[in-house]
Amino acid sequence: MERSGAKNVERRTWNAGHRKKIDEQRITHVARRTTFDEKIRIVLFLILSLLIVPISALTETPEEKGLAIAREADRRDEGFHDSTADLIMTLRNRHGNESTRNIRVRTLEVAGDGDKSLTIFDNPGDVKGTAFLNYTHKAGDDDQWLYLPALKRVKRISSRNKSGSFMGSEFAYEDIASQEVEKYTYKWIRDEVFNGQECFVVERYPVDRKNSGYTRLVTWIDKQEYRPLKVEYYDRKNLHLKTLTINDYKQYIDRYWRAGTMKMVNHQNGKSTDLVWSNYRFWTGLTENDFSKNSLKRAR
Amino acid sequence: MKKQGPGIRDQGSVSRFRETQRHQLQLLIIALATGITLLFNSQPQAYELSGHVTAEGRLFFKDPLFDEQERNSASIAVQPEFYHEFDNGSSFLFTPFGRLDSADSERSHFDIRELRYLWLHDAWELRAGAGKVFWGVTEFVHLVDIINQADFVEDIDGEEKLGQPMVNLTIPARYGVLDLFVLPYFRERTFPGEKGRLRSRLVVDTDEAGYESSAKEYNVDLAVRYGNTIGDWDFGIYHFRGTGREPTLLFKSTATGSISLVPFYEQIDQTGLDAQMVKGGWLFKLESLYRTGQGEDFFAGVGGFEYSFVNIVSSGIDLGLIGEWAYDERGDDTTTGFDNDIMAGARLAFNDAASTEVLAGVFQDLGGDSSAVSVESGRRISDHWKVTLDAFFVLESSEDDILHGLRDDDNLRIELSYYF
Repeated sequence: MERSGAKNVERRTWNAGHRKKIDEQRITHVARRTTFDEKIRIVLFLILSLLIVPISALTETPEEKGLAIAREADRRDEGFHDSTADLIMTLRNRHGNESTRNIRVRTLEVAGDGDKSLTIFDNPGDVKGTAFLNYTHKAGDDDQWLYLPALKRVKRISSRNKSGSFMGSEFAYEDIASQEVEKYTYKWIRDEVFNGQECFVVERYPVDRKNSGYTRLVTWIDKQEYRPLKVEYYDRKNLHLKTLTINDYKQYIDRYWRAGTMKMVNHQNGKSTDLVWSNYRFWTGLTENDFSKNSLKRAR
Repeated sequence: MKKQGPGIRDQGSVSRFRETQRHQLQLLIIALATGITLLFNSQPQAYELSGHVTAEGRLFFKDPLFDEQERNSASIAVQPEFYHEFDNGSSFLFTPFGRLDSADSERSHFDIRELRYLWLHDAWELRAGAGKVFWGVTEFVHLVDIINQADFVEDIDGEEKLGQPMVNLTIPARYGVLDLFVLPYFRERTFPGEKGRLRSRLVVDTDEAGYESSAKEYNVDLAVRYGNTIGDWDFGIYHFRGTGREPTLLFKSTATGSISLVPFYEQIDQTGLDAQMVKGGWLFKLESLYRTGQGEDFFAGVGGFEYSFVNIVSSGIDLGLIGEWAYDERGDDTTTGFDNDIMAGARLAFNDAASTEVLAGVFQDLGGDSSAVSVESGRRISDHWKVTLDAFFVLESSEDDILHGLRDDDNLRIELSYYF
């Protein structure tokens, strides 16, 4: 109890510091996207921000609204403790050729930090038993290990692979990783009806711009349950790279919404990846021990 | 002389085969009995059969250096895996392995890679039976890895291992993981026979293996290892006491006057360390050991880095650059072949649906002129089929180097595997 209390205090102070950082990043971000002369623009922006600061205490800026939406979505998903699910991943190239992978995913909620996840591959045969362990962190790089069953070897890997493809799919590592609030800055754009549901349209900007493959992600979040329904990914050149549509949501233990299907389409290479989720279970009794480097050797 | 040689060796091989087969058969029966008892005593939760069958061709670019050697070889290998998991998380695993080789009778062999039961509890894990354990962090040299014996006839990189009988208690605690090992039976290193390639001029006569321990292969070896992850660091430190896995090769003349090498296994004490640090795209790696009991006490180490370029020019391709340096205080008397060598390599992962991967490395002896190139590559053809292509070239070899006997053994190895 004492420990988690201390962690929460840490989290609060960290969040306060981080909000300042977010503001700084927003400033640099906006400054970067300008078409005016840089210097004039910065001076103008500084004057404007001086004017805005007192007002923002009264009215919510689009940035604050975006962050508030992300926090609410995160709050609604809190307390699931742990979950397990089966996943069928179908890769499709532009000629329509398909190949599938069978994967199991286990997730552990960590108080005060990002989730831990363990991904186990059952198929194709040559990667059967391969396991991927990820400790998501709210700040800084994630910790990642890979287990290679043929050699019985656990390998620490560099987590700078954010923009790299996950198992040859159109999902990058940063897409499948736990979407922690702190990994992005936010801006509410507009409200819009999508697929018959009232949605917030929120832009997200990766905090780790150096290693992320994206400049921005445009997300449609339904107002009723705060679930992402669609995400558009814009690459480093700010060109539309991919679109993710998320369907067949189902509510578990009266609270947690999980998607049944996800479809990622890459507009630049014509490939797509489908994810079909099944067998979602919560509060299964998994503990830290099941997400240790040691546990990789018996994960299967 | 040469005609008689193989005859004598063949008899030896048969008796050795019978002996090892007897041991393995005993182990197999015990384990199967345990397995069957357990299967019938509890309701099966999940059991599965998987594995692979692999056809292999080894093509050599030059005629063999030694008269008895056959030029090329074809072989087939099978490795099924039977796994059963019980309700409480405990499990039973059986992985036999067998290979039939067209050229080398020593390479035609059978082994139990794994045959173990795992008792899983919150506070500890106990594994009993034949198992496989890997320790280490570097890519080109596996220095501190000691629990399992190298199955040298499989590949000269030493990555293929023989199953090791063991009782292994793992205690995962808050401040790291403690592993205790009792190893009641020793496995001799395999060496290519006289018809096989990729060997020294003198054939290693494994039937004549000698031991320092009076208990011979029944000497009980012990090992303890502590490992932990702290921030960006992963490390492990261990001590091993028992029969050394790397034999000293001694000259021996037979009654017929021919000379062969016989392995001698000393009792050693070895302390080993492996550590790795991750910093952004960098991985820094270190393995080192201190061994007593095999000649003079000595130190050996290997260290290096790996740097990853992810998704180069948005192609989806990852490139890893690897640099390592290996050192052994014994110099030319090293039993590993790495006394003062550098290795430079590159790993390409295409991240395509076929998981195409290439790992290429250059080995350069800093104390002499010897150098070699190794390339490993593979890609999936379908869900069940995979093809791998490996190549090995000796660029230069000085007479005192281990590569000298392999100087005409430049080869291409093609494997086609079916996974079930």
